[in-house]
Amino acid sequence: MNIFEIKHATKVFNQVEVLKDISLTVSEGEVVSIIGPSGSGKTTLLRLATFLERMDGGTFSYMGEPAIVEKDGGYSYVSKHKIKQLQRYFGLAFQNYNLFPHFTVMKNITDAPIKVLKRNKEEVYEEAKALIKKMGLEGKEDAYPSQLSGGQCQRVAIARALAMKPKILFFDEPTSALDPEITQEVLKVIRELAAEKMTMVIVTHEMFFAKDVSDRIVFMDKGVIVDQGTPEELFNSENERTRAFLGQYYNM
Amino acid sequence: MSMQLILTKLLLGMGVSVQLFVLTLVFSLPLGLVFSFGRMSKNPIISNITKVYISIMRGTPLMLQLFVIYFGPYYWFGFTTSTGYRFVAAAIGFVMNYAAYFAEIYRGGIESIDKGNYEAAQVLGYTKVQTFFRIIFPQVIKRILPSITNEVITLIKDTSLAFVIGVSEMFTVAKAITSATKSVGAYVIAAIFYFVFNFIVAFIMGKLENKMGYFERESAE
Repeated sequence: MNIFEIKHATKVFNQVEVLKDISLTVSEGEVVSIIGPSGSGKTTLLRLATFLERMDGGTFSYMGEPAIVEKDGGYSYVSKHKIKQLQRYFGLAFQNYNLFPHFTVMKNITDAPIKVLKRNKEEVYEEAKALIKKMGLEGKEDAYPSQLSGGQCQRVAIARALAMKPKILFFDEPTSALDPEITQEVLKVIRELAAEKMTMVIVTHEMFFAKDVSDRIVFMDKGVIVDQGTPEELFNSENERTRAFLGQYYNM
Repeated sequence: MSMQLILTKLLLGMGVSVQLFVLTLVFSLPLGLVFSFGRMSKNPIISNITKVYISIMRGTPLMLQLFVIYFGPYYWFGFTTSTGYRFVAAAIGFVMNYAAYFAEIYRGGIESIDKGNYEAAQVLGYTKVQTFFRIIFPQVIKRILPSITNEVITLIKDTSLAFVIGVSEMFTVAKAITSATKSVGAYVIAAIFYFVFNFIVAFIMGKLENKMGYFERESAE
């Protein structure tokens, strides 16, 4: 089953076409990494998929439910109400975590399930405790984000996203603000999620991690998908641009 | 005039000052938030009207504003007002003036909050109202509290301006006593009262600032 599907997506910023005709399908349990140089449009793609930016062309859907429908000969977004429903299908871990600084770890994780999904408080707390344990954050329940390391913040952010029980989790360069050692603790958590068959789309610069964790790697450059395939396929690609990009990492 | 009588009169005056102070805060703090929304509105008509309003309120003397509000009804519409209107006029003037200042403080605070907070809230499905009151506003309060404290302290002293339209607040009373007793003693006592009032308010605001700092205090580890 396709959890997420985007077709012919285009996005223009100040007359610059940052995304040109991108199509991507993510099926259940699949882990897709998106790699590519800065400015290739990777982050923009995630921002379109998460309604943080509006698409200029193309369509996308979650669980077969469209976010953009044909209307009067053109395409337009579905109603605000419908978008709210679609938002429940995905979660997003930001590059800068974007935790709420005035909430404790526990409240960061539990507030949205309680206030947005109107779920039972005790139940949400029980689940949050399990998530905190899974993320290796025991003892940090009452800490504020300012008291945590970057790696801990990112794990709280992942827990916060997971607490909403999304069908798919997007990661926008989750480790690019972290030092190599701390990067590993975040990658470990993502790896565990992959082992549990969580559907994920990860924008990353960690090539070896992408190779290791992904079912499929998508290589983007200048707003188009240049190449994609299994990690083996991509790392042995005949495509010149792919080879040139990955070559920089091999030569390190 | 006995000392006791002077003190009693001054305390009564102070009661009026405190009433004016409390009323001003109770109405101007929320009203300022409404004005700040108006100022930040995407609708150019609303934002420009608010901008002009704030500009006038901050650009003309409060004393003049009090005169306009007090004498306006008579000179513009021929209404004769009762003496009770004095206090009402003063309260309206203070609320309108302070709301303008608070609006700009709120706006500065709201605009300083990281955009990422709005994006995270949106992705998690919070409504706009929830996002503002649960996520943004508590952080704004924390940031603007020192500026609010400043205004609150200024307000205590500004209440003496109600003297110009004959409100019998503490300064008006002190002046009357001074004329009657031909001694500046009442002024000295009034000064002490203002100072103590300020001291208490500054103390409370300091405590509040401390309390609000909870989420930005680094841990010991």
